[in-house]
Amino acid sequence: MAFEYAPAPESRSIVDIAPSYGLFIDGEFVEAADGKVFKTVSPSTEEVLSEVAQAGAEDVDRAVKAARKAFEKWSALPGSERAKYLFRIARIIQERARELAVLETLDNGKPIKETRDADLPLVAAHFFYYAGWADKLEHAGFGAAPRPLGVAGQVIPWNFPLLMLAWKIAPALATGNTVVLKPAETTPLSALFFADICRQAGLPKGVVNILPGYGDTGASLVAHPDVNKVAFTGSTAVGKEIARTVAGSKKKLTLELGGKGANIVFDDAPIDQAVEGIVNGIFFNQGQVCCAGSRLLVQESIQDELLESLKRRLSTLRLGDPLDKNTDIGAINSAEQLSRITSLVEQGEAEGAERWSAPCELPSSGYWFAPTLFMNVTQAHTVARDEIFGPVLSVLSFRTPDEAVAKANNTPYGLSAGIWTEKGSRILAVANKLRAGVIWSNTFNKFDPTSPFGGYKESGFGREGGRHGLEAYLDVR
Amino acid sequence: MSDKSEQQRLSVFKTYKLYVGGKFPRSESGRVYEVTDSKGKWLANAPLSSRKDARDAVVAARKAFGGWSGATAYNRGQILYRVAEMLEGRRDQFTREVADAEGLSKSKAAGVVDATIDRWVWYAGWTDKIAQVVGGGNPVAGPFFNLSSPEPTGVVAVLAPQESSFLGLVSVVAPVIATGNTAIVVASEKSPLPALSLGEVLATSDLPGGVVNLLSGRTAEIAAPLAAHQDVNAIDLAGADDVLAKELEIAAADNLKRVLRPQPVDYTATPGTERLTAFLETKTVWHPTGSLGASGSSY
Repeated sequence: MAFEYAPAPESRSIVDIAPSYGLFIDGEFVEAADGKVFKTVSPSTEEVLSEVAQAGAEDVDRAVKAARKAFEKWSALPGSERAKYLFRIARIIQERARELAVLETLDNGKPIKETRDADLPLVAAHFFYYAGWADKLEHAGFGAAPRPLGVAGQVIPWNFPLLMLAWKIAPALATGNTVVLKPAETTPLSALFFADICRQAGLPKGVVNILPGYGDTGASLVAHPDVNKVAFTGSTAVGKEIARTVAGSKKKLTLELGGKGANIVFDDAPIDQAVEGIVNGIFFNQGQVCCAGSRLLVQESIQDELLESLKRRLSTLRLGDPLDKNTDIGAINSAEQLSRITSLVEQGEAEGAERWSAPCELPSSGYWFAPTLFMNVTQAHTVARDEIFGPVLSVLSFRTPDEAVAKANNTPYGLSAGIWTEKGSRILAVANKLRAGVIWSNTFNKFDPTSPFGGYKESGFGREGGRHGLEAYLDVR
Repeated sequence: MSDKSEQQRLSVFKTYKLYVGGKFPRSESGRVYEVTDSKGKWLANAPLSSRKDARDAVVAARKAFGGWSGATAYNRGQILYRVAEMLEGRRDQFTREVADAEGLSKSKAAGVVDATIDRWVWYAGWTDKIAQVVGGGNPVAGPFFNLSSPEPTGVVAVLAPQESSFLGLVSVVAPVIATGNTAIVVASEKSPLPALSLGEVLATSDLPGGVVNLLSGRTAEIAAPLAAHQDVNAIDLAGADDVLAKELEIAAADNLKRVLRPQPVDYTATPGTERLTAFLETKTVWHPTGSLGASGSSY
């Protein structure tokens, strides 16, 4: 007899979501100049959570002006004072971690297990880490007196709304820059709650400005002539557009873009651990992760055994209410994203790859997609080439390490890769040859603020995290 | 005998050629252009490279990348130092060429050449040090061994500075290959001869063919296909004016090339590490340490 899970919902009473939010400019919540608003919904229920002001070009200009004005004083503060603000923010995030985790789960659709145990601890850790750099910049290896760049325009995605905010804002403030940040249109709420954290921390007005909006808001921000630094995380297509926009200007640019990560399993890998790593690699956050291990490369001799274990494991994943603490797979972030995943999966089937989806019941409302495998995939298949950004794993096989490396590198992307083998020399040899910015061996999807993250090739340029992450916000010439 | 000594000896001209894939081809287009000294006196006919020459150079650079980036840093340093030895041996030749190209006196040109050789030696010494300066272990909050190390970004297109035909050239080429990249170099449009002669030095210096490929011609014409090329990973715009630089940067966005924008540089000053790091990627590798966790699990 199998034990059933009792429902274990996290209470949402800890979060007080207001019916409407303004833009956060110069320390105040204000309406958009043209009065535009948009609704943000909970992807798991399609419930409208709040109505949010939508920033236009005029608001971008106002926010950049506020940031420019604040820059003078903020950059002149002793690093030790800036550090204290960042430490305050880090502490307040820890204090409000449960509230923010629930909020993030409501707005994004990802399981509470992930927001509570992965996103929020990392968010706080990023602020702690960069707080400590603020008064030590002369020791960071960028010269004796590294200077901030000025106003940073930052555009972040919806897959890790608060974590991406932390990755962008913490190093920007530590180095003395001021910030105008645009959260994604489907997940604006945690950034607006962050504005309140800035208020609680007593951060000077204008140092951080938050402008919810769509792609056009981001485009205005990136193109604004008084922005000195542009940081973007999102799709490769938009990244290329941004690179064209800033061409010929003095704006410093960093891009964290898409990926099609290879997860390579050799015949001597511990199968059970590898299966857990594969699941974590592609089904964490419903696969809506730029560094997801979306291409499984498995050595031919163990393919059948591994796939059998993998299917068995996928059948035990629990899909449903993201606020339930036992939920493994939450909702897809938006109807738009769900339709993109669906159409790419249909294309995979049409091209002749063999589809297998975990047998799980999908809730009647909200946006859901069952964990899915594609087998008999070749390198030419769309599902092996395009980033799906959903819970869809393409399985390819190989015979020799050289073949594994060649297939792993056969992509315009170069963000992440995984290696599973018990042989140390093979790990090092393969890691050396893989053209990717992050290599996880015998593990996957590990992040840490001390650890540089970023891609090769069309996965973008620049690194976030660690000492390397400071460079993006400093004049290092 | 006496007749001959009274006659002035007719010198032997050199046919300047490109240096691509370790060979010295003429431009496939068959075109040349006149190179003159600073006073307008004819010096030579240099190859006027075409788009096809640029594409051939990319193929050569890509082919050489695996071997060069896979060589040990020590080995790369040895080879770069060997280049400096060869340069030293041709000091007089380069002095003459730089004097002609830049309208300098013999002694000023000699100073430039000395500085150039010293610059090359400086970069030769970086090959096995840069990883220690910009890489390192990351103290992550978990039982993992986690290391960040720099790797070359790949094939780099380099538009050499227009004014500084030799010191500037070496200042932009050496850092690219010191870090394990391979290069396609577009020589100064007006003064390409020192660059083309550098090819002869590289060919006799143990540097594998294709690691550096030298093209002469119209910078804008050669740079356009390089900036748009899907198999070029980065571009140094040192030799582009602002208008061209913007066009090339837009083209470079198509495959997200790493772009080093043109900037005012005093090539006589000791450089920083910017030109080294501009063409490096950071790779971070994680592995569990098997540390005993709270659960008491063992390794």
